[in-house]
Amino acid sequence: MNRNVLTRRSILVGVALATLAAAGCASKEPTTTPSGAANEFASLSGAVKASGASFPNAYYQKAIDEFLKVADNADVTYNSVGSGTGKKEFGQGLTDFAGSDSTVKDTDGVASGSFYYIPTVAAPITVSYNLSGVDSLKLSGTTVGSIFGRKITKWNDPAIVADNPGVTLPDKAITVVHRSDGSGTTNNFTKFLVAAGGPGWTLGSGDSVAWAADTQGGDKNTGVAQLVKQGDGAVGYVDFADATASGLKFASIKNKDGQFVAPSLDGATAALAGAEVKDDLTYNPINAAGAATYPITAPTYLLLKTTYTDAAKAKLVKGFVRWLLTDGQSFAASVNFAKLPADLQQKALSQLNKVQG
Amino acid sequence: MTQTVNNNRNSLGRRGRGVVGDRTFLIVSLIAGVLVLAILALILLTTLREAWPAFRYSGTDFVTSPTWVPNDPDGDGPAKAQFGALAFIYGTVIVSIIALLFAVPISIGIALFLTELAPLRLRTPVVTVIDLLAAIPSVVFGLWGIIVVGPRLVPIYDWFHDVLGDVPVLGSVFGKPIASGRSFMTAGLIVAIMIVPIITSITREIFNTVPTEDKQAAFALGATRWEMIKGAVFPHSFGGMVGAVMLGMGRAMGETIAVALTMGAAVQIVPNVFASGNTLPAVIAQNWGDPGSELGRSALIACGVVLFGITILVNYGARIIVRRAEVRMKGAAV
Repeated sequence: MNRNVLTRRSILVGVALATLAAAGCASKEPTTTPSGAANEFASLSGAVKASGASFPNAYYQKAIDEFLKVADNADVTYNSVGSGTGKKEFGQGLTDFAGSDSTVKDTDGVASGSFYYIPTVAAPITVSYNLSGVDSLKLSGTTVGSIFGRKITKWNDPAIVADNPGVTLPDKAITVVHRSDGSGTTNNFTKFLVAAGGPGWTLGSGDSVAWAADTQGGDKNTGVAQLVKQGDGAVGYVDFADATASGLKFASIKNKDGQFVAPSLDGATAALAGAEVKDDLTYNPINAAGAATYPITAPTYLLLKTTYTDAAKAKLVKGFVRWLLTDGQSFAASVNFAKLPADLQQKALSQLNKVQG
Repeated sequence: MTQTVNNNRNSLGRRGRGVVGDRTFLIVSLIAGVLVLAILALILLTTLREAWPAFRYSGTDFVTSPTWVPNDPDGDGPAKAQFGALAFIYGTVIVSIIALLFAVPISIGIALFLTELAPLRLRTPVVTVIDLLAAIPSVVFGLWGIIVVGPRLVPIYDWFHDVLGDVPVLGSVFGKPIASGRSFMTAGLIVAIMIVPIITSITREIFNTVPTEDKQAAFALGATRWEMIKGAVFPHSFGGMVGAVMLGMGRAMGETIAVALTMGAAVQIVPNVFASGNTLPAVIAQNWGDPGSELGRSALIACGVVLFGITILVNYGARIIVRRAEVRMKGAAV
């Protein structure tokens, strides 16, 4: 290789490296801070990591985006890895707080008494269906249980007809769609079926259950939505955000008070208001009382440590969660999540004040 | 004066650099070989250790029972979680068999075409296209399978079911197709497309090693082209072909994402290839994010151990077949 070629090539490599270095060192674009409001957060700095449930992920990502506009010296990341892994990582100290749809059990790897539950948002789980010619469907809890338990196999079964006076239901086979992966959505939906599904539902509740062999499994909420959309006569459980995005039809479910309520954010908030809240702030909005409640509402919590050893981290975590429980609640509706009712919000804020550090 | 003893010295009497090079090469290759064995052993040991709680919980039922109940269905009642992976083992085997049934004739056909029949200028483009097939990611195959192929195949499955449904044995194999098209057959077809490149490229290399003299001799004895292939090419290449098929089968059994998407995720053992099922790697990929409990996680790792075991058994069986065939075909020493 002669000297000219060598020199040319080394200049080229040098320029390339310099460009890469310059790109890597580029500072963040300056963001416009909203004037006046929430400047208490501008002094927060540092970085905190969180991981956990995928169910509220859309809301947390939106909330983090909005929070970082207000607190531009801080950095918060949330990784959607699932409640189980999120709790495990939190117990091992790999994350500063965790998101979980389910309460902590002994086998989850988190020491009891070392954390607080902070409720954040909730969302309905829809029973979405695809039935040509039927645009509104009402289902009582026992009917839903029998459909998903494969005791009812046709759309014109007497139980469904009884729930829908005046609607002509076709003589079509029901295709049940469920999750092929383990999920908190299945957990909450099956909890509803255990509570209100009647004798037709015998499979218990859990992140995955032993569905009947002639049902179909889809991967994640989007997979279930796709299968429901593809099959005429299909019915499945999909979370509200994904069902709305896929344009599916929802069934109105009979709540504990006997009212048929369609899935909506107001129905979810009513379910939270009607739920019994325990002392540690866990609550169960499934099949809650109240005339306007939507009975298949899924809760989600953030797990925070009782004591943070790093003062800066504690300040940032508390600041972020306080923002989430106050200003952050206004963003929930835009991503199809229901905000907390006022008294649960107050309880969450006072629980947050107990965090030391 | 001839030098009869070589003391590893060069003509000037100094110890040559060749000796150090030889030693280094020996050590490096030894380390590489031992490393591979060590990694394999470590994988086996660590997965066994993680899977042990599930094996202890289920006993031999883990490989003999088709009941997979990952949760406790009745709270404090008598029913408990059950982990029986027989349905997944069945699914893995059926999908692999279907894939091989479709892929092996096609691959051998392509390899024969490339080595015996194709004009020289056609060889490189065909090889490039086949290798391109190998470069497509597995998840793309899976998505293509559920969005395009599955729904389009349902009418074909329906036709088979209508025609063969009443025949005694075939009727249960070609039963009622599932509406979404996600079944053993769809998964098998997609996996067949994925393993064609591997089997083709290895078989083609093997066919290239057949000595021309054998082929010429066959022609000289008056054989047709097909008789030459059967008499000169296949016996010589049998071991290599079985090796290629085994590699393809290994990929078919371990194929995860494409199968997880196109199988339909049902836990059942049925002869109907148009029904949904599940395989061992698919069930691991689907449930790993949220196994539900420590025991569930252990059960998933145990599925991996079972898959490992099946692969070893199949490979060992293949080696026995090749050995027997070589004794018979080439007169190799027993």
